[in-house]
Amino acid sequence: MRSNTAAPAGPMARKPGSRLGWIGKSFLGLLGLLTAFILVRNLIHDPKLFLQIVISGLQLGFVYALIALGYTMVYGIVRLINFAHGDVFMVGAFVSFYAVTRFQLHVWPAAVFPQFPDALVVVIGSLTVMFLSMVVCMTLAITIERVAYKPLRDAPRIAALITAIGVSFFLEFFGALSFVFSPRFIPYQRPFEVVTWYIKDGVHLVSATDAPPDGSITFSNIFLLIALASVLTQVFLQFLVRRTKIGKAMRAVSFDKSAARLMGINVDQVISFTFAVGAGFAGLGGVLYAIAYSSIWSQLGILPGLKAFVAAVLGGIGSIPGAFVGALIMGQAEALTMGYISTPMRDAVAFTILILVLLVRPTGIFGEPEKEKA
Amino acid sequence: MDINVGFLLISIVKIAALVAWVYGLLWGLGRDSLSTKCVAVVAAFGVIQLAISVAPGGIQIFSDFDSGLLFQACTMAMVALGLNLIYGFNGQFSLGQWGFYGIGAYAAADITFRWTNGDARGLLVVGIGVILIGLVILGVRRFLQQYTGVPVMSAFTLYLIGTVAAGAVAVVIGDLGHTVVAPLFGSQGAPGPLHSPLVLQVVFCLAVLLAGVVAAEVSFLFGLPVLSLGSDYFGIATLGFTIVINTLMVNSDTILPFPEMKGGRGMIGIPKLTTWFWAFVFLLGVIVVMRNLLQSSTGRAILSVREDETAAKVMGIDVANNKLLAFVVGSLFAGIGGGVYAHFIGFLSPGTFDFLVGFNPLIIVVFGGLGSMTGTLAASFGWTFFLEGLLRVILGQLGTEAPTWRFVLYPIALLLLMLLRPQGLLGTVEWGFLRAPWVPSRFRTDGNKAASPPPAA
Repeated sequence: MRSNTAAPAGPMARKPGSRLGWIGKSFLGLLGLLTAFILVRNLIHDPKLFLQIVISGLQLGFVYALIALGYTMVYGIVRLINFAHGDVFMVGAFVSFYAVTRFQLHVWPAAVFPQFPDALVVVIGSLTVMFLSMVVCMTLAITIERVAYKPLRDAPRIAALITAIGVSFFLEFFGALSFVFSPRFIPYQRPFEVVTWYIKDGVHLVSATDAPPDGSITFSNIFLLIALASVLTQVFLQFLVRRTKIGKAMRAVSFDKSAARLMGINVDQVISFTFAVGAGFAGLGGVLYAIAYSSIWSQLGILPGLKAFVAAVLGGIGSIPGAFVGALIMGQAEALTMGYISTPMRDAVAFTILILVLLVRPTGIFGEPEKEKA
Repeated sequence: MDINVGFLLISIVKIAALVAWVYGLLWGLGRDSLSTKCVAVVAAFGVIQLAISVAPGGIQIFSDFDSGLLFQACTMAMVALGLNLIYGFNGQFSLGQWGFYGIGAYAAADITFRWTNGDARGLLVVGIGVILIGLVILGVRRFLQQYTGVPVMSAFTLYLIGTVAAGAVAVVIGDLGHTVVAPLFGSQGAPGPLHSPLVLQVVFCLAVLLAGVVAAEVSFLFGLPVLSLGSDYFGIATLGFTIVINTLMVNSDTILPFPEMKGGRGMIGIPKLTTWFWAFVFLLGVIVVMRNLLQSSTGRAILSVREDETAAKVMGIDVANNKLLAFVVGSLFAGIGGGVYAHFIGFLSPGTFDFLVGFNPLIIVVFGGLGSMTGTLAASFGWTFFLEGLLRVILGQLGTEAPTWRFVLYPIALLLLMLLRPQGLLGTVEWGFLRAPWVPSRFRTDGNKAASPPPAA
């Protein structure tokens, strides 16, 4: 690599490289064919197992969707990869843990209104726990934004990124102190009982007497809850961004910050609001993740956070439906890898997808090409 | 909770002495005559060696713990210098340095581990493979230079195919070579000539250098497509790289065909072939190579890419090529650091190469100053001693929470630094040897002459 200057393009013009495009395309095509082959072979070999894996992938994907929304919204507005977002997710899980285990918050309706039926108590109690987590996460995110990110808004993007990494570290390891959360894995007590169904000639309830027969597909109320929450969030966000005044302001700030300021929009407030909305959904995701996988610790947020970020990039960062679709794809990729390759490779697959997406289509599935370099 | 004030003072004195030592070494290296340079290097080595081995009044000046830290600081300095070349001098925010460090560590450890177990294939395959892959890469480059604007994926595919083919050839040749060399290892009872300590030291040095080149070639393959991304996307992609490498380390005995690496349980039985001497020697090499690179015209091109890519392009600098060069050389340094590290500790576990630990070199680079080799060196020594030595002992009074407290405090330090002094503690200051070379006034286009007003025409 002696020459550090490009060869002069004189009259002896070199051959156009687009002639070599087929090599890269066929490589990617082969990779896709290989993946498709593995999937189809397994689908034919054991369709029940495949569907079961797809269901677990959906569950994972819906949780990622809740986190990815925060990444994509914040990036869309301030062009910052908010590393600490995954840790806000972790805090959400821990808040619900304390609410349920220490303060028994999930049974408060039973204590106040003894005449309520059990089902109503469980629903109201669980919703209270989720709401509390969301509020705590929102407060945390606004604090982080005001303390750490706001002073750096005009600094180079990398300075803000390093700060975000610092905040993320702080939350992880501050949480690992024994008087805060704990460095250990903590078993999580669910605010409600798990109910499982299986599908074989119709939907049946799994009970102590009626175990699921071999080769049936099972799913639980946790899966339904996560799917419902994720889809509702999606609809709510679409409504918020497309139909409300603050959503209009968010779009304006994302489009051009200084012009938005000239139009009388309080940019700082809009940015704080965006952080809060994203953090609220991350907190909800944290509660649902903890309910689904029933074990939490202080570094819980790192990998789900990073994978949700990958999902946001895959869908097209800045695009809300893109984050949802990307998260579902990520969930499937991870679950299928766990099912058919090996469990520890799930992280490797997630980041391989990231690198491939960035290479093939950096704007993601739904993304628009960047108009201008920030 | 009482903190031992005497220990605190001694530690601060030690850190100050080390920074002064770095200054002295750089000052000595900056002298003109070669003999002075040699004397300075030997003296710098001797001072530390003396402090380690002499114990006036039964108190060791540098305890074993300290010499371990010194070693760690030297390897960390190599990794951080490489990162500074990538991020500080070339402006490409990379979190992948720790992955290359891990690649270097595992590659070097595998070579010497196999060698001590009577298996020359590690050295032969890696050695031949590295040369063949290097040739293939050069050949493909030559081929691609006939075209303009080759799609990145196509170039990457060509390099990948070439690398895999060359690797396969190397494995075949290495197997053949091993059968030829095998008798020289001797049997269990009577070790052959290849097990002699001298040969082992040579193999160690080769292994470290080869490990560096392996890391460099991996970084070439990875950097070629990924470097075309924007700044923060590149950071995330390299972070992904570190995580993927770590996952592969955990699965090295199941998915990768290296049963001796023992996957997540950690690789044990790596021969401990080095003291801090080799770390010092390799660090010196890294400093000299990097300084000379930066002060060549290539180095100026690398710097110009950081300052303004568009302007650099306008001046006829091949931006993509320079980014790749800085990335490859930076990874080479990391690989060498990893190779030395593996032979000091004698044990490698994937946990060491976790991406969370990988933020350490980044913090050192940011603290020392982006674009300051002196800052990185001083910060490597200061930081390692401060964090591992001083802080661990002070916080050790808190019991088992001490490591966690360290990680609580340093993000705060990082945040304050980013808010108050974003260019790092030393900025772009350079000392002695690392300062731009002195140019005789008749070759100078600026400086003294430019300072005086030009004669009126």
